[in-house]
Amino acid sequence: MADALFETLLRLGDNTLILGHRVSEWCGHAPVLEEDIALANTALDLLGQTSLWLEYAGEIEGAGRSADDLAFLRDAWDFHNVLLVELPNGDFGQTVMRQYLFDQFNLMNLRALTGSTDNRIAEIAEKAVKEAAYHVDRSRGTVVGLGDGTAESHERMQAALNILWPYALELFITDDTDADMAKAGVIPDPKTLEADYRATIEATLAEATLTLPDAHFGHRGSGKDGRMHTEHLGHILTQMQWLQRAYPGQAW
Amino acid sequence: MYAQMVKSTGEGVKTLDEMAPEERAFQEKVDQDIRIEPRDWMPEGYRKTLIRQIGQHAHSEIVGQLPEGNWITRAPTLERKMILLAKVQDEAGHGLYLYSAAETLGVSRDEMTEMLLSGKMKYSSIFNYPTLTWADIGAVGWLVDGAAIMNQVPLQRTSYGPYSRAMVRICKEESFHQRQGYDIMMKMAQGSEAQKRMAQDALNRFWYPSLMMFGPSDANSVHSEQSLAWKIKINTNDELRQKFVDQTVPQAEYLGLSVPDDTLAWNEDKGGYDYSEPDWDEFFDVLKGAGPANHDRLDARKQAWDDGAWVRDGLLAHSEKKHGAKVAAE
Amino acid sequence: MSKEWPLWEIFIRGQHGLSHRHVGSLHAPDAETAVKNARDVYTRRSEGVSIWVVEARHITATAPGDKGPIFEPSESKVYRHPTFYDIPDDVGHM
Repeated sequence: MADALFETLLRLGDNTLILGHRVSEWCGHAPVLEEDIALANTALDLLGQTSLWLEYAGEIEGAGRSADDLAFLRDAWDFHNVLLVELPNGDFGQTVMRQYLFDQFNLMNLRALTGSTDNRIAEIAEKAVKEAAYHVDRSRGTVVGLGDGTAESHERMQAALNILWPYALELFITDDTDADMAKAGVIPDPKTLEADYRATIEATLAEATLTLPDAHFGHRGSGKDGRMHTEHLGHILTQMQWLQRAYPGQAW
Repeated sequence: MYAQMVKSTGEGVKTLDEMAPEERAFQEKVDQDIRIEPRDWMPEGYRKTLIRQIGQHAHSEIVGQLPEGNWITRAPTLERKMILLAKVQDEAGHGLYLYSAAETLGVSRDEMTEMLLSGKMKYSSIFNYPTLTWADIGAVGWLVDGAAIMNQVPLQRTSYGPYSRAMVRICKEESFHQRQGYDIMMKMAQGSEAQKRMAQDALNRFWYPSLMMFGPSDANSVHSEQSLAWKIKINTNDELRQKFVDQTVPQAEYLGLSVPDDTLAWNEDKGGYDYSEPDWDEFFDVLKGAGPANHDRLDARKQAWDDGAWVRDGLLAHSEKKHGAKVAAE
Repeated sequence: MSKEWPLWEIFIRGQHGLSHRHVGSLHAPDAETAVKNARDVYTRRSEGVSIWVVEARHITATAPGDKGPIFEPSESKVYRHPTFYDIPDDVGHM
């Protein structure tokens, strides 16, 4: 049970860590100042959530690892984020589409987690759910605006959706760990969130004049169980962990 | 400073008697510390000089995001990553406030951006230096923000209302920036041999470029005299540089780091340190575009602007469609 | 150069129940986005509980040249201020 809870917390924390890292790459490079500032706010929220999830994960593991130890000293195969969040930023359209697809899931998942039988998870979710609600509001608005904007923006958003949609489906795979945790009332069963998610996404896409591609998640080694990540994760970690690896055990 | 070598009219300062009634009324308001507001009458030279100065300051904030942003993805802990991201985000905010202030003078942000990208407008030379190690992030906060604050605090009293109000907000927000930089330096200076070396190396590389931020001596510059009379410049470059040196040297001593200047010595008579001037030839080279990172900085800004065009156009097109539909329905 | 997003003036009501106050401006394609941008730009340090946005071109202002006729006449209406009236201390607080 402790192992499953540890793994669950890593999944939550690794998703927000890797996505927060990706979004932070935009700082100083966004299409317009207001968007630069907004993206940084999103990244800051995600990194804040990461600290809470990983700190708790370290406590559950009981091996004395801090949130920083977990973030900076694990190698790729020990990461449990979905592949969606480690994909490169691409153009701004791909970034914002990835954000919306994740935000919508994060909001639904966090709403359910506020009722978790694990009090600490419920508490963290209570704080994070407000942030996620704003993230959805913002990324949804931008997806609609760009989807139904110019011919070029429409085309780019449809291309982004075509790339990303299969990856979004990984969010709803229920494996044994999830099933155990869902049975104990710690997390919602991911696959039970899918219908609602799909309906919400479809409504947004209709407004954005975009079409859901016919696709399914074929990446059999999914990211969440750590079995097979994309090649991108290793490069993220190479950057993120470099100082901690090059100068081990220092205070910063 | 963030605005270096801003040229004003190039003519000498007029006396009140030499001024036409409108200009005299304007100058008297400035002399009495009454703020000039966007729709008030102002000399054309005042307006143009302010656009150059505020624009340059705004560009510096935006280009200034890049050297620090360079380390966001490599920050050594989650907390440091968040602090740095929040700090660089603040710089974007400060750029935004300053562009807004300049916009009240009849120039748009897009126009100013185009002028930055075409090289017609400048940004502070300091951001053409690279950040090579994590200690550089400490040094930038400590020295570069320290030098900036030295200039910005008096500018809160500048004569142009929107500029002054932007400065008030910026100073309030900046108060944590220098402290977080010094905090990094303390950790490094008290850390391992490698960390100490990084800290000293960062100070070595950023000391003189920081002194250059105040610009060359302007004791006899007509531009400076005019700007001082208009109160869009509050102190001379040398005054501010001296103040910066006097404040910073003891801070370096506390860290156990040495300022890379053999001539540095306390001068009892003037109540300040004697120090060596930076290499002003280097300063002019960097200003002209030959610094270590000039190309990288402008390329990054150009790419962000060009790549973002479809996003700006797309969102505007959507708003116009929506608005059109609403009007049609009414 | 493509068309620039319109300029919006931002007003924020702080924590303490005072009126909305002008805090600055920003660019946004429409009003809804202007509100969101204002949230992200101007409330990073929990400065507000309510945001108003107005497109800058919709603001009508007094002309600086009219300052005399508009504002000076009120200066002579001293009787509008409580200190104009002399009430004996014995009456108590009023």
